Amino acid sequence: MSATTFGSGIRRREDPRLITGSAKYTDDISLPGTLHAAMLRSPYAHARIESIDSSAAEAANGVVAVFTHQDTEGEIAPAPCAWLLPNSGLSIADYHCIAKDAVRYVGDIVAVVVAETRSQAYDALDLIEVDYEPLDAVVAPKQAATDGAPQLHAEIEGNQAFHWTVTGGGDIDEAFAGADIVLKETIVQQRLIPNAMEPRAALASYTTATGELTLWNTTQNPHIVRFLCSLVNGIPEDRLRVIAPEVGGGFGSKIAVYPADFITVFCSKKLGAPVKWAESRSENYQATTHGRDHVQEIEVAATKDGKIVGLRATVWAGMGAYLSTAAPGIPTILHGLMLSGVYDIPAIHEDVYGIYTNTTPVEAYRGAGRPEATFMVERLVDLLAAEIGLDPADVRRRNFIPRFDDGHDVVTGLTYDSGDYDAALTKLLNKAGYEGLRAEQAAARDGGRYIGLGLSTYVEICGLGPSQVAGAIGFQGGLWESAILRFHPSGKVQVMIGASPHGQGEETTFAQIVAGELGVSPDDVKVIHGDTDKTPMGWGTYGSRTTAVGGAALALAARKIREKATIIAAHLLEASVDDMDYEDGKFFVKGAPGEAKTIQDIALMANVAWDLPEGVEAGLEATSFYDPPNFVFPYGAHLAVVEVDAETGQVTLKRYVAVDDCGPQINPVIVEGQVHGGIVQGVGQALWEEGVYDEDGQLLTGSMLDYALPRADTLPDIEVHSTVTPSPHHPLGVKGIGEAGTIASTAAVYNAVIDALQPLGVKGVNMPLTPERVWRAIQDAQGRN
Amino acid sequence: MYAPQFDYHRADSVSQAVQLLGRDPDAKLLAGGHSLIPILKLRLAAPSAVIDIGRIDALKGITESDGTLRIGALTTHTEIASSDLLRAKAAGLSEAAGVIGDPAVRNRGTIGGNVAHADPASDLPAVLSCLGASFVIEGPGGIRSETASRFFQGLMTTSLRDDEVLTAVEVPAAGDGEGSAYVKFAHPASRYAVVGAAAKVTARDGSCTQASVTLSGLMPTPVRALAVEHALVGKPLTESGLSEACSLTSDCLPDDEVLGDVFASAEYRKSVAAVWVRRALAAAAARAA
Repeated sequence: MSATTFGSGIRRREDPRLITGSAKYTDDISLPGTLHAAMLRSPYAHARIESIDSSAAEAANGVVAVFTHQDTEGEIAPAPCAWLLPNSGLSIADYHCIAKDAVRYVGDIVAVVVAETRSQAYDALDLIEVDYEPLDAVVAPKQAATDGAPQLHAEIEGNQAFHWTVTGGGDIDEAFAGADIVLKETIVQQRLIPNAMEPRAALASYTTATGELTLWNTTQNPHIVRFLCSLVNGIPEDRLRVIAPEVGGGFGSKIAVYPADFITVFCSKKLGAPVKWAESRSENYQATTHGRDHVQEIEVAATKDGKIVGLRATVWAGMGAYLSTAAPGIPTILHGLMLSGVYDIPAIHEDVYGIYTNTTPVEAYRGAGRPEATFMVERLVDLLAAEIGLDPADVRRRNFIPRFDDGHDVVTGLTYDSGDYDAALTKLLNKAGYEGLRAEQAAARDGGRYIGLGLSTYVEICGLGPSQVAGAIGFQGGLWESAILRFHPSGKVQVMIGASPHGQGEETTFAQIVAGELGVSPDDVKVIHGDTDKTPMGWGTYGSRTTAVGGAALALAARKIREKATIIAAHLLEASVDDMDYEDGKFFVKGAPGEAKTIQDIALMANVAWDLPEGVEAGLEATSFYDPPNFVFPYGAHLAVVEVDAETGQVTLKRYVAVDDCGPQINPVIVEGQVHGGIVQGVGQALWEEGVYDEDGQLLTGSMLDYALPRADTLPDIEVHSTVTPSPHHPLGVKGIGEAGTIASTAAVYNAVIDALQPLGVKGVNMPLTPERVWRAIQDAQGRN
Repeated sequence: MYAPQFDYHRADSVSQAVQLLGRDPDAKLLAGGHSLIPILKLRLAAPSAVIDIGRIDALKGITESDGTLRIGALTTHTEIASSDLLRAKAAGLSEAAGVIGDPAVRNRGTIGGNVAHADPASDLPAVLSCLGASFVIEGPGGIRSETASRFFQGLMTTSLRDDEVLTAVEVPAAGDGEGSAYVKFAHPASRYAVVGAAAKVTARDGSCTQASVTLSGLMPTPVRALAVEHALVGKPLTESGLSEACSLTSDCLPDDEVLGDVFASAEYRKSVAAVWVRRALAAAAARAA
């Protein structure tokens, strides 16, 4: 297979335009006569709107229109929640795109100004007089769930959006009652702010004469945007075109279709002119969805030799003021079903309460539910190891699910596809020199230095997923993907996919898939995505599903091409199809490779159609819609090495070693990049990042001055290794890798810090592990000693 | 966010800048822009005009004469951090300039803009106070000079009048047996000092003859740790000697004036300040030896 570049670390073709600044993002696109929208957002976390006077703004220089809720009544439906979690008492509050009579978080839209320039629009915001009657606010999910807490939505009792449970395996109460050891912990999965490099933007252009609208939008899923815009804005789907041009990252924050998007579409339709809205970074902090925000009360039951016999948890998940597009599925389906982790756990029970709070809506954020699950499980394993005095690696081994190649059922109801968890851990310990590190740690402790080692052995669910399952779990869409593969007469290839990569590199890896299947050079394959008028329907790029699902669709389309090409080649070589052989883009009669027809020869003949077999259509093109039979379950083992400065509480991440298994790697350099970025985002949660609201619901970390993102100079060189275990059900055997690093790394770093602090008597610290928190934990522990 | 409207003037000389300021008391000076532009974009300031002094060459550069180092107000942090002259004769200053923000900030930000902004968590005010710097100021009445303790008057407040321009900062060059250092606990997001400690010591035969210690990040203006300084003079510069003196750091920090925020409380900053003072003194002592 010499010609194939499947599996080689070729350079990303996306990079030249991205790193030279020639890529075009939504805000770079301008149409003649474009007007500019700015959103007036609530400065209060909770208030009644008594009155709005926009007359001064309307009279301001350059202002074309000001719209408030009453102008949009009947023209913009509430922003929909599209994950209708079954059997959970789901209560969806109306999410009016422009607040109707109350605001419920700082950032809720109260009015929109449309002006000739962006500056005029922003200046006019200051001229709108809104009379608010402030109400009590509540920002913490568990507190919002208690009696007497301020109520966000009159019709929704106790601020409870849903109560979802997962129960599996044996009787959970019996497991705990009979256990040698029961350990409990409360974990706060703090609120995170995604911070994609490109803030959100929308440009809508309505043509009054035809009733057609084109929307350029910062989205991970343009086909979903088209679908929901047609419902919310009342524009027939066939007259809507949604384009996701270059999109500068999303991490889940560009899944949702936001009020500001629907409002921009409304403004363009109303005014018959192109209207552009682009948020500032401050607005992004306030109004683009956040992630995590769980309070987790967890407990594990185990035997005295370290075998886990039960896991039980209650989680309060802050949902923000309204339910964002996919929000209900994140702390439930993508979280609770993963509580078995890489372990054989015979009984599991979890209650998850989704709670409205006066905060920015919470959505998927890289890992989306799985980091919160992995952290719980990996924390409990370490607590158990500390309790019984065993090395955390040994306790993991005592509980691992043994190697399986074709399906393993866990008690939460999932069937993992393939895994060899012990092999990943063994490789990690070898690569890291684990025993040597433990010796160094002991020596350092003798010298008064606090070094810690932290493990995280994870499995995650991605490649979302079978559409039948989507229906069963209330996801209001399918979860298949599509690809069209088309040969031009010259042998060059055009691929159109329904998914919408925005930084992950699929323009490169998908060309490699075609190269691997059909023996063409990846340079001859153009991959087109992100335009609903050019690409077939698809459900988007999130949940590490683009390669796992879309890549399978493309591989199957390529195989259809190969079948047709074989028939044409047999005809041209005057042979029977059964006698044909194929290798590296060449079709030949078995045993006679010298007389081959190349795929390019066949592409030309198929397109000119001078000499095709009877009944064979002209053209060389195939379409495939791939609906996976199951999810895929990548996994791995990570190790963090930290040092804690006990005088100041500062944590330094000294080393990070990762072993990940995503099956065969189409492009190992891109895999490594995804692992690096993912790990760094998880380290950010452990050490630095936290979206903090004060009691009145004001965001205290509303800029990059206050919200600490990971920086290159505070991270070690990450050491990346892998094992390769194909997924049995995937045409290429591949699993997703976009989120794995984030899912693993928070727990690894956290466990390392607690391990470092063990001689000082510290048992737990809330994340992020800021110097002050660590220092206080040390002071408290020393005080008790 | 987007800045409110303002007029823009470019001054070609200090006297022209002074004139422009005199005409419009609501105008603000723009040097490197790393303090002014963010507050404009956040609409925390709405000056009627911005007077750009960024191209006045007379305000740039580092020179030495008669034991005094003169640093023009428009000298960038990168230039200060990489100056061989300053590394040799005002090590603490070049060290502090090298840990401001990030490379992009250091390439644009200037010493004059930094100290005129007088952010309590900024690095240069503390180290300049520690080194005994003078601030050279030009106004309609001519040129005057201020000490650090008079220049820094409070939170974001200096003795600069509306119609004055800070033109240079002057620092005494380090003599024999003198060493200075700056260490910093940087906020992980802003890179401003949570605690910054500047130290200067003079050593004779291993003993301390003079000491100066100043902290940033803790109080509205740079704060001298006088008790620590007094405890050091006449003592040998040993690890235990430094530790003992540094334990007096918190005595120099009145509870009700120490700053705190969501990342690091006043109590915490006050408690760990001694650690940073000790590290700064140890580095300064090593250079003095």
